[in-house]
Amino acid sequence: MALQSLDIKRRSATTTPPPGVRKTVELAKLIDISKCIGCKACQAACMEWNDLRDEVGTTTGVYDNPRDLNEKTWTLMRYAEVEPERGKLEWLIRKDGCMHCADPGCLKACPAPGAVIQYSNGIVDFHEENCIGCGYCVTGCPFNIPRLSREDSKVYKCTLCSDRVAAGLEPACVKTCPTGAILFGTKEDMLHHAAGRVTDLKSRGFAKAGIYDPQGVGGTHVLYVLQHADKPDLYCGLPSDPSIGPMVSLWKGAVKPLTSLAFGMIAAGAFFHYVIKGPNRVSEEIEKELEP
Amino acid sequence: MTNHWVDIKNADIVVVMGGNAAEAHPCGFKWVTEAKAHNNAKLIVVDPRFTRSAAVADYYAPIRSGSDIAFLGGVINYLLTHDKIQHEYVKKFTDATFLVSDGYRFENGLFSGYDKDKRSYDKTSWGYQKGADGFVLTDDTLQNPRCVFNLLKQHYARYTVDMVVRVTGTPKEQFLKVCEMIASTSVPDKTATFLYALGWTQHSTGTQMIRTTAMVQLLLGNIGMAGGGVNALRGHSNIQGLTDLGLLSNLLPGYLTLAGDKEQDFKAFLDKRASKPLRPGQMSFWQNYPAFHVSLMKSWYGDAATLDNDWCYEWLPKLDKLYDVLQVFEMMHQGQLNGYFAQGFNPLAAFPDKAKIGAALAKLKYLVVIDPLATETSEFWKNFGEFNDVDPAKIQTEVFRLPSGCFAEEDGSLVSSSRVLQWHYKGADAPAEARGDAEIIAGLFLKLREMYRKEGGAFPAPILNLNWPYMIPASPSPDELAREYNGKALADVTDPKDPAKVLAKTGEQLAGFAQLRNDGSTACGCWIFSGAWTQAGNLMARRDNSDPSGLGNTPNWAFAWPANRRIIYNRASCDSAGKPWDPKRKVISWDSKSQKWQGMDIPDMRPDAAPEQNVGPFIMNPEGVARLFGVDKLADGPFPEHYEPFETPLDTNPLHPGVVSNPAARVFKGDLAALGTSKDFPYIGTTYRLTEHFHFWTKHVNINAILQPEQFVEIDEELAGKKGIKSGDHVKVSSKRGHIKAVAVVTKRLKALDVDGRRVHTVGIPIHWGFKGVAKNGYIANTLTPFVGDANSQTPEFKSFLVTIEKV
Repeated sequence: MALQSLDIKRRSATTTPPPGVRKTVELAKLIDISKCIGCKACQAACMEWNDLRDEVGTTTGVYDNPRDLNEKTWTLMRYAEVEPERGKLEWLIRKDGCMHCADPGCLKACPAPGAVIQYSNGIVDFHEENCIGCGYCVTGCPFNIPRLSREDSKVYKCTLCSDRVAAGLEPACVKTCPTGAILFGTKEDMLHHAAGRVTDLKSRGFAKAGIYDPQGVGGTHVLYVLQHADKPDLYCGLPSDPSIGPMVSLWKGAVKPLTSLAFGMIAAGAFFHYVIKGPNRVSEEIEKELEP
Repeated sequence: MTNHWVDIKNADIVVVMGGNAAEAHPCGFKWVTEAKAHNNAKLIVVDPRFTRSAAVADYYAPIRSGSDIAFLGGVINYLLTHDKIQHEYVKKFTDATFLVSDGYRFENGLFSGYDKDKRSYDKTSWGYQKGADGFVLTDDTLQNPRCVFNLLKQHYARYTVDMVVRVTGTPKEQFLKVCEMIASTSVPDKTATFLYALGWTQHSTGTQMIRTTAMVQLLLGNIGMAGGGVNALRGHSNIQGLTDLGLLSNLLPGYLTLAGDKEQDFKAFLDKRASKPLRPGQMSFWQNYPAFHVSLMKSWYGDAATLDNDWCYEWLPKLDKLYDVLQVFEMMHQGQLNGYFAQGFNPLAAFPDKAKIGAALAKLKYLVVIDPLATETSEFWKNFGEFNDVDPAKIQTEVFRLPSGCFAEEDGSLVSSSRVLQWHYKGADAPAEARGDAEIIAGLFLKLREMYRKEGGAFPAPILNLNWPYMIPASPSPDELAREYNGKALADVTDPKDPAKVLAKTGEQLAGFAQLRNDGSTACGCWIFSGAWTQAGNLMARRDNSDPSGLGNTPNWAFAWPANRRIIYNRASCDSAGKPWDPKRKVISWDSKSQKWQGMDIPDMRPDAAPEQNVGPFIMNPEGVARLFGVDKLADGPFPEHYEPFETPLDTNPLHPGVVSNPAARVFKGDLAALGTSKDFPYIGTTYRLTEHFHFWTKHVNINAILQPEQFVEIDEELAGKKGIKSGDHVKVSSKRGHIKAVAVVTKRLKALDVDGRRVHTVGIPIHWGFKGVAKNGYIANTLTPFVGDANSQTPEFKSFLVTIEKV
């Protein structure tokens, strides 16, 4: 047991079955883009809580700063100026970061035992001390979130403040959000609240408002309320139907039983070979050759 | 704010105009999202830019910077012509029925009484007609052509939809949609709140922009109502406290005023301010002015202030003119000032025309900077390459830097926009040798007093006799200062109705300003703060957030001035009979059983004034009602009029080409020469804040610098195309006064507008950079801005001037 309050559900490259005695609820963070004013307080809180300080960068002609996620920037506001209806400008501001998938591509892809952990509450966490820096999780993620550090060759991303959550607190970004655009609670409650928000948005002229909880990754533990749920791509390229890449799926999906079978066959073959042919013996000639 | 932050949640319509609440007040803005989520409110944003507020608005309309009076004047015209006003409210609670003097005129852009040479008005004709009894004449039928209502109609009849569109550049349908949404609150059970900030203040017509809004809200019956009001979101932490305590050159604490140099007679000085009622039975609360003034003088001068010496009246400065910051820097620039103290103020960065400010500071003998940070002002003499290209060898000013603590390093109260004085406790000690501001000022005072004692001087009495009752004279504590501004009894204070009843014993803290006396028996440092620290203790430290009415009033959370009242003018939330206009929004009501006003808030009315006594709800006005006609209160006219910014892209004023800009605005001769024209500088420049930064402070903070590291300017795609500028390019923005260089952000959030037959572009200029701090060094944005101020507040016109832009 990692922490009394965090049951591990899955562990990368590990076959030991998870503990199953306790009943824990699934949690989720809800990001209501229709209430977000893009103040970046969540970014500041993330830096403060996690002791992260990126470089002071430059302005490249947009409000997004730092320019992209990296090992020291685990969450980031992305600003999109779009006109879904001609002449009607919308400034869609999306807080980007790990989506904490129910079926996490990063965990599936990871070959290092215990480097990627999924807790029973839904949080997908990286334990960097076990990370071998292979970057498979980067390939495995359908949302392009994990970042390989140039400093220590380990991969970092949002932990959904698993340390805070373990102590019964909300993630730092949720605590700091001034407009209540970021909420945290059980996934059930968050979906219920989001449904109310969608009804409100529909009454305000957003006919296609909806909840983003993509089923291609088994649903996520970070949810969005979108004004235009039919076009997630408007929100700085939020994937409309994310799924785990074919290589990772193949590697850990369809191919896995085959490889297991192959391993099994080899073991069985060796066994039968022993039974039928007896132990291998080294011929005297070879033994001589091997002696100095 | 007439109302308060939490009360925004009660609105049906929230109008953000002349400000960008989401950007500059993100924490307070949560109450807008609450109004939307729980009151089904609609948010309207009117702004030259599609702002962060606009990003979450239900409706956005663009407007040309500086044309807000044209827009709001158009709203007034719409309300009047579409009969979308709350008649009963307008008739009973405003001066609509009052008759105006026959001499009052408005012709060709000028009000009666203008003196071109003095650039000011003789305001004698801006008054009411009075009867033999001294009271104002009224016409309840509203038929008299000289009644305020008809003059109002006449004045704004010129603000037709076509004229509004022509002046503001707001597309017609968008203007009409905003009118319609605002007008929906003219019924008694709907309210609109207006949230504004420096987007209105920082114009040469800023005060009148705000007044126009007040008039709109009066016509709609939205003043005094929960979810209504005119709400100033103050631009700086505790700036509300600064004005409350009178830290402006012509004010004393509590909005008492300094005398002019013609006011040498104390009695006449008081009489002028203790206004007598203009209608029968009105409270005219300023009649208590002498009690407030005398108590202030007792607080300052103790036993030295006596009836015989007019409570030290002759020690108070008498103004020959205003000494606002523009005036002071003008004088400094002319070499008329020897020294300057910049305490918590970074004028080189924060004031207009940086070149002039720098040149002015260079003429000083000494400059004292009291600040937690190493400000640009404190190093104005140092060469920072292109950002501050000066020759230190030529500057002889001696600069003293006194490091102070910051707000988190001291106990004390902050006054929020809601007028709430909230006590806070220090989070850490100030670093190294930094001292608190009170300690620094006390040290200077004690040294000066000692020098006056030893060496004498031109006028030592006010210094030598200043009351200094603090336990540690070199370090007055926040508690002592707070008790002082609350006030205490110097002798037993008795009930005027029953002299045997003692309200406050000698030495006790007063319960509120009702206990202040004009006979020297009370001392009070700031009458509006009276009630904050009573015999019951420090009420500002209260943290009971219970909200019995559900309207967010929390009467036991800290202390709101005046008298812990959370919504001022709240008597106007009831009809003439004392019944709430809207039972859902019941703030107070007349209780016929107890014969008293009662409710969730402290009634803004004499508690026993029965409705049939017709005591008007605007108790500070001698009229008892609110003024649609501003009489002589403002410098530039009784009705707000649209004037162009001093640098206008139109070269004319479509309403009256003969009078283009505000004829009474603050402008000095030398600065007129530094104004550009649209020929050389065709684009509007406008400066503003970003949510990632706080003024010129947070560029010293690593996290803020990471979040918004480098100076940029914003332009629309059309202008960018014309100038061959792409996002990320480096550009040079110039005004008549200088230039800055920055990164270009090309955005759809700015759009060219069609104004008076011209295509007008706006260049958006965030202010936060400079040459000190951990963010990327940059130019001071105020290099570009003009040294021109509002006619009433003298606030500089930062929001609308002319620039040109080119790729570098």
